[in-house]
Amino acid sequence: MAQTSHGIGGLSYDPAKNSRPPELNVLLALVLITTAFELIGRLFMGDSFLFNTRENVDALFNWQRLNIIILQVSIVGIIALGVTQVIISGGIDLSSGSIVGATAMITMSFAQTAIVNGNPNPKAIFGDWAMDLPVLVPVAVGLCCGLIAGLVNGALIAYTRIPPFIATLGMMVFARGLSRWWSNGNPVSFPTEGYAVIGQGMMPVVIFVSLAVLFHLVLNHTKYGKHCYAIGSNEQASRMSGIKVNNHKVLVYTIAGILAALAAVVVSSKNLTAQSGMGMMYELDAIAMAVIGGVSLQGGRGSILGTVLGALIFGVIISGFTFLKLDAYYQEMVKGVIIVGAVVLDQWRQKNRGRG
Amino acid sequence: MSNVILETRGLTKHYSGVHALSDANFILHKGEHVAIMGDNGAGKSTFVRQLTGVEQPTRGQIVFDGIEHTFASPIEAREAGIETVFQNLALADDLDVPSNLFLGREKFRIRLGPFSILDKKAMREATTQALIKTGVKIPNLMNTIRNMSGGQRQCVAIARTAAFKSKLVIMDEPTAALGVQETAQVENIIRTLKEAGEPLILISHNMRQVFDLADRIVVFRRGRIVANLRKEETDGQDVVSYITGAKTGAEFEGAT
Repeated sequence: MAQTSHGIGGLSYDPAKNSRPPELNVLLALVLITTAFELIGRLFMGDSFLFNTRENVDALFNWQRLNIIILQVSIVGIIALGVTQVIISGGIDLSSGSIVGATAMITMSFAQTAIVNGNPNPKAIFGDWAMDLPVLVPVAVGLCCGLIAGLVNGALIAYTRIPPFIATLGMMVFARGLSRWWSNGNPVSFPTEGYAVIGQGMMPVVIFVSLAVLFHLVLNHTKYGKHCYAIGSNEQASRMSGIKVNNHKVLVYTIAGILAALAAVVVSSKNLTAQSGMGMMYELDAIAMAVIGGVSLQGGRGSILGTVLGALIFGVIISGFTFLKLDAYYQEMVKGVIIVGAVVLDQWRQKNRGRG
Repeated sequence: MSNVILETRGLTKHYSGVHALSDANFILHKGEHVAIMGDNGAGKSTFVRQLTGVEQPTRGQIVFDGIEHTFASPIEAREAGIETVFQNLALADDLDVPSNLFLGREKFRIRLGPFSILDKKAMREATTQALIKTGVKIPNLMNTIRNMSGGQRQCVAIARTAAFKSKLVIMDEPTAALGVQETAQVENIIRTLKEAGEPLILISHNMRQVFDLADRIVVFRRGRIVANLRKEETDGQDVVSYITGAKTGAEFEGAT
């Protein structure tokens, strides 16, 4: 081991341990995967993955594909932002996908329009009083749903001391049941024009990117962010140092719940309908994005930037498989391999930089 | 104004019938370094736990800096000015040095409740000051603690006590887990504190260390203070006989 001496008494310090930021590795992986698709495309499909090949369009890149790559991950990406801060502070949230389902059903019930093509709304849940409400009402109702669900998660974890895995698993099953019970399994459809704008076009990307910037700042420059890392790193030390660990945990899960609810608003607006099965497996995709982005499941390490890059890797893989005209089954299988690979890599990195 | 920084009167702690600490009368003067010795289970850790608010005494008073205190938690003791370096280091591995120093006591640029914005520059500067004050050298402040050696970690824990205006530092076996060189470094820091006039309570099993660093040695045995010895008036043999109980506290009277 290369060691240099510093300080009184010659304390050893190994500069090689001063490792580069993990986000760099994730970025490298993203570039590698994209390049691989580009090469395979050129060699076997006679088409480019990233670049424009249509002669009637004047552009360097294939913007359509690039847009799709980010658009298809931005809704789960919103959830992944919340999941990232949960995992950094040493927890896990399995309930976000189900919160999306339940919130979408409830929110859409307050966003319906009374008249569809000259007829009364066939999917109406409530009476006339809940029809054509200003868009603020369903959004507020939706965010409140997420807030309550997150608050319950956080309170259970902080005050009953049950493992986050169990608490959020319970919420996952409960919220999925709630979304089925809400309209007896029927979809809730036909939102007002105002509501439909929220998820239109590239709006999900705009929301995802602005929230990512916001949460990047929060995690890096506020007391809240610092305490996320501290608690995930050493909960006992944080408690002894006077950090109100319980309050912090409640806040962390509440924010995660609100973000899941926001994703529900966006996805139901985008699809112009809410179904009880909405958001199925979103929680796992969100966790996978974070883990691929270098967020350690042991807590204390990771970043929003990493998660955003992880989400992009996700998007590139899905688009790449479509581009190569491979079946969706392969996507799932490869996703599984990548998730496990990312965690193995994290463990391996941990072991290699054990204490000096 | 007296020059006593800490006084305990009849400090007693019973754990459901077990007399872990009985009538401890202890005085620490300003700028004084006192070592606490004793066998395992002699009551020295129990004594420290009462002082640092980790536990609450069954009976007795703690007068710190002229005011009688009842510390409900370690945080209260810390706010009063008692900084403790615990045996199991209370550091967060994934944070850098300034973040660890200011853990739970961050400096803010703008106060917004939980989302208050950190003043990283001020914390970095205060960290540098604290490290200079204690004579600790750390190659790169912005490195996480995880990559540091045991000695460096212990130094960070000690520097933490210097970053705030502590009036008393308590160290619970600060070198128990360290190598020879690292122990020397920590002992140097303790000497720096002595020169700066910072009072210190040092718990140690290391006789050489105690005679090197302390002005006075207080021996605990079976939950009682059995000896209070000035360093110049005693030797290792003497201290050991008090620890083992071969000698009992005849000279204890009035020795403060």
